[in-house]
Amino acid sequence: MNISIGKEEEIYLIGIEGDLDASSCINLDKAISEAVSAGEKKILIDCTNLNYISSAGLGVFMSYIQDFENNKISMVLFNLSKKVKNVFQILGLDELIQIVDSKEAAKTLINES
Amino acid sequence: MNHKLRIACTKESLKEIRRFVTQTLTDLHLPEIEVNLLVLAVDEICANRIIHSNNCDENLHLNLLISETCDGLTFEISDKGAPFDHTQYSEPDINQLVKEKRKGGLGLMLVNRIMDSIEVFKEKDLTVYRLFKKLTIC
Repeated sequence: MNISIGKEEEIYLIGIEGDLDASSCINLDKAISEAVSAGEKKILIDCTNLNYISSAGLGVFMSYIQDFENNKISMVLFNLSKKVKNVFQILGLDELIQIVDSKEAAKTLINES
Repeated sequence: MNHKLRIACTKESLKEIRRFVTQTLTDLHLPEIEVNLLVLAVDEICANRIIHSNNCDENLHLNLLISETCDGLTFEISDKGAPFDHTQYSEPDINQLVKEKRKGGLGLMLVNRIMDSIEVFKEKDLTVYRLFKKLTIC
Protein backbone atom coordinates (compact mmCIF):
# COMPACT_ATOMS: atom_id res chain seq x y z
CA MET A 1 0.00 0.00 0.00
CA ASN A 2 1.17 3.55 -0.74
CA ILE A 3 0.17 6.75 1.00
CA SER A 4 0.50 10.12 -0.69
CA ILE A 5 0.26 13.43 1.11
CA GLY A 6 -0.71 16.75 -0.45
CA LYS A 7 -1.99 20.14 0.48
CA GLU A 8 -4.60 22.13 -1.46
CA GLU A 9 -5.12 25.53 0.14
CA GLU A 10 -6.17 24.73 3.72
CA ILE A 11 -7.11 21.14 2.93
CA TYR A 12 -4.80 18.26 3.88
CA LEU A 13 -5.11 15.51 1.28
CA ILE A 14 -4.22 11.88 2.01
CA GLY A 15 -4.31 9.43 -0.90
CA ILE A 16 -4.45 5.69 -0.28
CA GLU A 17 -3.35 3.24 -2.96
CA GLY A 18 -3.61 -0.55 -2.71
CA ASP A 19 -4.74 -2.75 0.17
CA LEU A 20 -5.40 -1.35 3.63
CA ASP A 21 -5.07 -4.36 5.91
CA ALA A 22 -3.53 -5.48 9.22
CA SER A 23 -0.10 -5.24 7.65
CA SER A 24 -0.37 -1.76 6.15
CA CYS A 25 -2.87 0.15 8.33
CA ILE A 26 -0.05 1.56 10.47
CA ASN A 27 0.96 3.78 7.53
CA LEU A 28 -2.49 5.38 7.35
CA ASP A 29 -2.53 5.79 11.11
CA LYS A 30 0.81 7.60 10.91
CA ALA A 31 -0.40 9.90 8.10
CA ILE A 32 -3.57 10.90 9.97
CA SER A 33 -1.68 11.29 13.26
CA GLU A 34 0.84 13.62 11.59
CA ALA A 35 -1.98 15.73 10.14
CA VAL A 36 -3.59 16.04 13.57
CA SER A 37 -0.24 16.89 15.21
CA ALA A 38 0.35 19.58 12.58
CA GLY A 39 -2.93 21.20 13.56
CA GLU A 40 -4.76 20.39 10.32
CA LYS A 41 -8.53 20.92 10.59
CA LYS A 42 -9.69 19.76 7.16
CA ILE A 43 -8.61 16.29 6.03
CA LEU A 44 -9.68 14.67 2.77
CA ILE A 45 -9.00 11.00 2.13
CA ASP A 46 -8.75 10.10 -1.56
CA CYS A 47 -9.86 6.47 -1.92
CA THR A 48 -9.79 6.37 -5.73
CA ASN A 49 -7.04 3.74 -5.72
CA LEU A 50 -8.01 1.96 -2.50
CA ASN A 51 -8.51 -1.62 -3.64
CA TYR A 52 -9.32 -3.32 -0.33
CA ILE A 53 -10.04 -2.49 3.30
CA SER A 54 -10.18 -4.83 6.29
CA SER A 55 -11.27 -4.18 9.88
CA ALA A 56 -7.74 -2.95 10.64
CA GLY A 57 -8.20 -0.10 8.16
CA LEU A 58 -11.73 0.64 9.35
CA GLY A 59 -10.36 0.66 12.90
CA VAL A 60 -7.87 3.41 12.07
CA PHE A 61 -10.67 5.69 10.83
CA MET A 62 -12.91 4.74 13.77
CA SER A 63 -10.22 5.53 16.34
CA TYR A 64 -10.08 9.21 15.26
CA ILE A 65 -13.82 9.95 15.24
CA GLN A 66 -13.89 11.05 18.88
CA ASP A 67 -10.73 13.16 18.66
CA PHE A 68 -12.00 14.84 15.50
CA GLU A 69 -15.27 15.68 17.22
CA ASN A 70 -13.48 17.05 20.29
CA ASN A 71 -11.01 19.12 18.27
CA LYS A 72 -13.36 20.29 15.53
CA ILE A 73 -11.45 18.48 12.79
CA SER A 74 -13.36 17.41 9.68
CA MET A 75 -12.50 14.34 7.66
CA VAL A 76 -14.22 13.32 4.43
CA LEU A 77 -13.53 10.19 2.36
CA PHE A 78 -14.24 10.31 -1.36
CA ASN A 79 -14.27 8.12 -4.47
CA LEU A 80 -14.67 4.76 -2.75
CA SER A 81 -15.33 1.77 -5.00
CA LYS A 82 -18.64 -0.02 -4.43
CA LYS A 83 -16.93 -2.98 -2.76
CA VAL A 84 -14.93 -0.80 -0.35
CA LYS A 85 -17.94 1.38 0.52
CA ASN A 86 -19.93 -1.79 1.16
CA VAL A 87 -17.49 -2.77 3.93
CA PHE A 88 -18.12 0.56 5.72
CA GLN A 89 -21.88 0.04 5.28
CA ILE A 90 -21.94 -3.45 6.80
CA LEU A 91 -21.03 -2.04 10.21
CA GLY A 92 -22.84 1.26 9.83
CA LEU A 93 -19.56 3.18 9.80
CA ASP A 94 -20.83 5.16 6.81
CA GLU A 95 -23.19 6.81 9.34
CA LEU A 96 -20.28 7.89 11.55
CA ILE A 97 -17.73 8.84 8.89
CA GLN A 98 -18.43 11.30 6.09
CA ILE A 99 -18.24 9.56 2.69
CA VAL A 100 -19.02 11.23 -0.64
CA ASP A 101 -18.71 10.25 -4.29
CA SER A 102 -16.29 12.85 -5.65
CA LYS A 103 -13.46 15.16 -4.71
CA GLU A 104 -15.61 18.17 -5.59
CA ALA A 105 -18.36 17.00 -3.25
CA ALA A 106 -15.76 16.32 -0.54
CA LYS A 107 -14.31 19.83 -0.87
CA THR A 108 -17.75 21.40 -0.75
CA LEU A 109 -18.69 19.40 2.33
CA ILE A 110 -15.47 20.08 4.20
CA ASN A 111 -15.58 23.80 3.44
CA GLU A 112 -19.13 23.98 4.81
CA SER A 113 -18.16 22.35 8.10
CA MET B 1 -13.60 -29.36 -5.34
CA ASN B 2 -11.06 -28.55 -2.60
CA HIS B 3 -8.42 -25.84 -2.74
CA LYS B 4 -5.58 -25.76 -0.20
CA LEU B 5 -3.02 -23.21 0.91
CA ARG B 6 -0.32 -23.55 3.58
CA ILE B 7 1.38 -20.33 4.51
CA ALA B 8 3.72 -18.81 7.12
CA CYS B 9 2.17 -16.92 10.04
CA THR B 10 3.30 -13.43 9.03
CA LYS B 11 1.22 -10.34 8.32
CA GLU B 12 2.75 -10.25 4.85
CA SER B 13 1.00 -13.56 4.11
CA LEU B 14 -2.39 -11.87 4.26
CA LYS B 15 -2.06 -10.49 0.75
CA GLU B 16 -1.27 -13.95 -0.62
CA ILE B 17 -4.22 -15.41 1.31
CA ARG B 18 -6.54 -12.83 -0.27
CA ARG B 19 -5.10 -13.53 -3.72
CA PHE B 20 -5.64 -17.27 -3.22
CA VAL B 21 -9.26 -16.87 -2.09
CA THR B 22 -10.04 -14.41 -4.90
CA GLN B 23 -8.49 -16.73 -7.48
CA THR B 24 -10.36 -19.75 -6.14
CA LEU B 25 -13.70 -17.94 -6.27
CA THR B 26 -13.16 -16.55 -9.78
CA ASP B 27 -14.61 -19.61 -11.51
CA LEU B 28 -17.86 -19.32 -9.54
CA HIS B 29 -18.74 -16.05 -11.29
CA LEU B 30 -19.94 -14.38 -8.11
CA PRO B 31 -20.50 -10.60 -8.02
CA GLU B 32 -17.36 -8.63 -7.12
CA ILE B 33 -18.95 -7.32 -3.91
CA GLU B 34 -19.76 -10.87 -2.78
CA VAL B 35 -16.23 -12.10 -3.53
CA ASN B 36 -14.77 -9.15 -1.63
CA LEU B 37 -16.88 -9.98 1.44
CA LEU B 38 -15.84 -13.64 1.44
CA VAL B 39 -12.19 -12.64 1.02
CA LEU B 40 -12.63 -10.16 3.87
CA ALA B 41 -14.11 -12.73 6.26
CA VAL B 42 -11.25 -15.17 5.61
CA ASP B 43 -8.69 -12.36 5.89
CA GLU B 44 -10.12 -11.31 9.28
CA ILE B 45 -9.89 -14.78 10.80
CA CYS B 46 -6.42 -15.35 9.33
CA ALA B 47 -5.20 -11.97 10.62
CA ASN B 48 -6.52 -12.78 14.12
CA ARG B 49 -4.88 -16.20 14.09
CA ILE B 50 -1.56 -14.94 12.71
CA ILE B 51 -1.27 -11.93 15.03
CA HIS B 52 -2.95 -13.00 18.27
CA SER B 53 -2.57 -16.78 18.35
CA ASN B 54 0.73 -17.29 16.53
CA ASN B 55 2.52 -14.00 17.34
CA CYS B 56 3.48 -13.47 13.69
CA ASP B 57 6.01 -16.31 13.98
CA GLU B 58 7.20 -17.11 10.44
CA ASN B 59 8.20 -20.60 11.57
CA LEU B 60 4.56 -21.44 12.29
CA HIS B 61 2.02 -22.14 9.57
CA LEU B 62 -1.63 -21.61 8.85
CA ASN B 63 -3.69 -23.86 6.59
CA LEU B 64 -6.62 -22.74 4.49
CA LEU B 65 -8.99 -25.19 2.83
CA ILE B 66 -11.81 -24.00 0.57
CA SER B 67 -14.49 -26.56 -0.32
CA GLU B 68 -17.31 -26.08 -2.77
CA THR B 69 -20.59 -27.94 -2.37
CA CYS B 70 -23.89 -27.38 -4.15
CA ASP B 71 -25.31 -25.42 -1.23
CA GLY B 72 -22.32 -23.19 -0.55
CA LEU B 73 -18.71 -22.62 0.33
CA THR B 74 -16.81 -23.82 3.38
CA PHE B 75 -13.58 -22.17 4.46
CA GLU B 76 -11.47 -24.03 7.03
CA ILE B 77 -8.60 -22.16 8.65
CA SER B 78 -6.39 -24.21 10.94
CA ASP B 79 -3.18 -23.69 12.89
CA LYS B 80 -1.44 -24.83 16.06
CA GLY B 81 -2.05 -21.60 17.97
CA ALA B 82 -4.15 -21.27 21.11
CA PRO B 83 -7.90 -21.59 20.54
CA PHE B 84 -10.30 -18.66 20.91
CA ASP B 85 -13.62 -19.48 22.53
CA HIS B 86 -16.04 -18.11 20.00
CA THR B 87 -19.03 -19.06 22.18
CA GLN B 88 -17.87 -16.54 24.81
CA TYR B 89 -17.67 -13.73 22.27
CA SER B 90 -20.21 -10.97 22.65
CA GLU B 91 -20.36 -8.27 20.03
CA PRO B 92 -19.17 -4.86 21.23
CA ASP B 93 -21.24 -1.70 20.81
CA ILE B 94 -19.68 0.27 17.97
CA ASN B 95 -20.51 3.62 19.65
CA GLN B 96 -18.60 2.45 22.72
CA LEU B 97 -15.60 1.52 20.55
CA VAL B 98 -15.72 5.04 19.06
CA LYS B 99 -15.86 6.64 22.52
CA GLU B 100 -12.90 4.56 23.67
CA LYS B 101 -10.97 5.45 20.49
CA ARG B 102 -10.44 1.76 19.86
CA LYS B 103 -8.87 0.47 16.65
CA GLY B 104 -9.81 -3.16 17.23
CA GLY B 105 -13.06 -4.99 17.79
CA LEU B 106 -14.49 -4.87 14.28
CA GLY B 107 -13.05 -8.04 12.72
CA LEU B 108 -15.37 -10.64 14.23
CA MET B 109 -18.33 -8.29 13.78
CA LEU B 110 -17.64 -8.33 10.06
CA VAL B 111 -17.22 -12.11 9.94
CA ASN B 112 -20.48 -12.63 11.86
CA ARG B 113 -22.34 -10.44 9.39
CA ILE B 114 -20.83 -12.03 6.28
CA MET B 115 -20.89 -15.74 7.06
CA ASP B 116 -23.92 -17.96 7.73
CA SER B 117 -22.16 -20.10 10.33
CA ILE B 118 -18.89 -20.10 12.25
CA GLU B 119 -17.61 -23.13 14.13
CA VAL B 120 -14.42 -23.35 16.16
CA PHE B 121 -13.09 -26.71 17.31
CA LYS B 122 -9.92 -28.64 18.09
CA GLU B 123 -8.77 -31.43 15.79
CA LYS B 124 -5.70 -33.21 17.15
CA ASP B 125 -3.21 -30.40 17.77
CA LEU B 126 -4.95 -27.93 15.46
CA THR B 127 -7.45 -25.19 16.18
CA VAL B 128 -9.92 -25.14 13.30
CA TYR B 129 -12.24 -22.31 12.23
CA ARG B 130 -14.95 -23.48 9.87
CA LEU B 131 -16.83 -20.71 8.09
CA PHE B 132 -19.80 -21.53 5.90
CA LYS B 133 -21.55 -19.32 3.35
CA LYS B 134 -24.79 -20.45 1.75
CA LEU B 135 -24.67 -20.02 -2.02
CA THR B 136 -26.40 -21.79 -4.86
CA ILE B 137 -23.44 -23.10 -6.80
CA CYS B 138 -24.73 -26.14 -8.72
